[in-house]
Amino acid sequence: MTDEDELRQARLRRIDDAFCRAIPYNAWLGLRAEDVGPPGEGRIVLRLPFRAELVGNPVTGVLHGGPISAAMDAACGAAVFLSLHAPRRIATLDLRLDYLRGAPPGADIFFRAECYRLTHQIAFTRGVADLGDETTPLATSAGTFMIFSEGSALADGLAKTEPEAGG
Amino acid sequence: MTDFFSLLAEARERRDLSAVVAAVPYMAAMGMECHVDDEGVLGVMRFSEPLVGNFSIRALHGGTLGALLESTAALALLWREDVSVVPRIVNLTIEYLRNTGPVDTFARAEITTAGRRVARVRAVAWQDDPSRPVAAAQTCFLLG
Repeated sequence: MTDEDELRQARLRRIDDAFCRAIPYNAWLGLRAEDVGPPGEGRIVLRLPFRAELVGNPVTGVLHGGPISAAMDAACGAAVFLSLHAPRRIATLDLRLDYLRGAPPGADIFFRAECYRLTHQIAFTRGVADLGDETTPLATSAGTFMIFSEGSALADGLAKTEPEAGG
Repeated sequence: MTDFFSLLAEARERRDLSAVVAAVPYMAAMGMECHVDDEGVLGVMRFSEPLVGNFSIRALHGGTLGALLESTAALALLWREDVSVVPRIVNLTIEYLRNTGPVDTFARAEITTAGRRVARVRAVAWQDDPSRPVAAAQTCFLLG
């Protein structure tokens, strides 16, 4: 493993601690930070490990939409945090989800989120959920977030993971 | 679970959907409840610490509100006598309207249209005051 890989892994672990483990509902879902874009770029991949408690259709065993939309909200929010130049409190304004196919029982789901436009007050995000193979998406999302002028404990925690961006 | 539909028929008969909620693993794990009254179904999500998304102000995770709204919309469809499948969600748009606090959350759903194949349901959630909603969702389900 090169020094660069080690730095990247360490940063991913810090993001995992600050975002997935420290936020109670993300921890309840079992979300894990799987991959992250370079510092300053608002891109992240979260993994949702399968758990029987997340099933919504007792007849087919297909996952409930709740964990999918919650994980997508979390991934898109994290992508916004990672794109900010200074730690700020954010809030979801709205989130649209299209469920392209049911999430099969037993499979982990990957949420790939990107903040593709950032203004002073609003961040625009898109996301895709899949089973690890990016060619077969399970769900896609479009979400907008409000960016407040004040900071927050979470923003400060995440800023520590981003020495370049955390001003 | 092949007896889900007999369980649903019994629940409709007794005007009590709690057995249906208990049969859906995610809703049961989230501590959701469903009550039926003259206005239709009332979805309830009891507050618990794992539902928190912002530990500074102890607000609910936005995802839990989406889950309550989608669940309440699905329950409103299951409550209809002419729905004989588990509704499959096609898409939804969740709007976040106000900050939430560490208290119980309630939701109502209004079926805008329900044909043989597609149903559209609008759901609204609130905490202390029904006239001050905290979140709303427009949902689309497949019924066939």
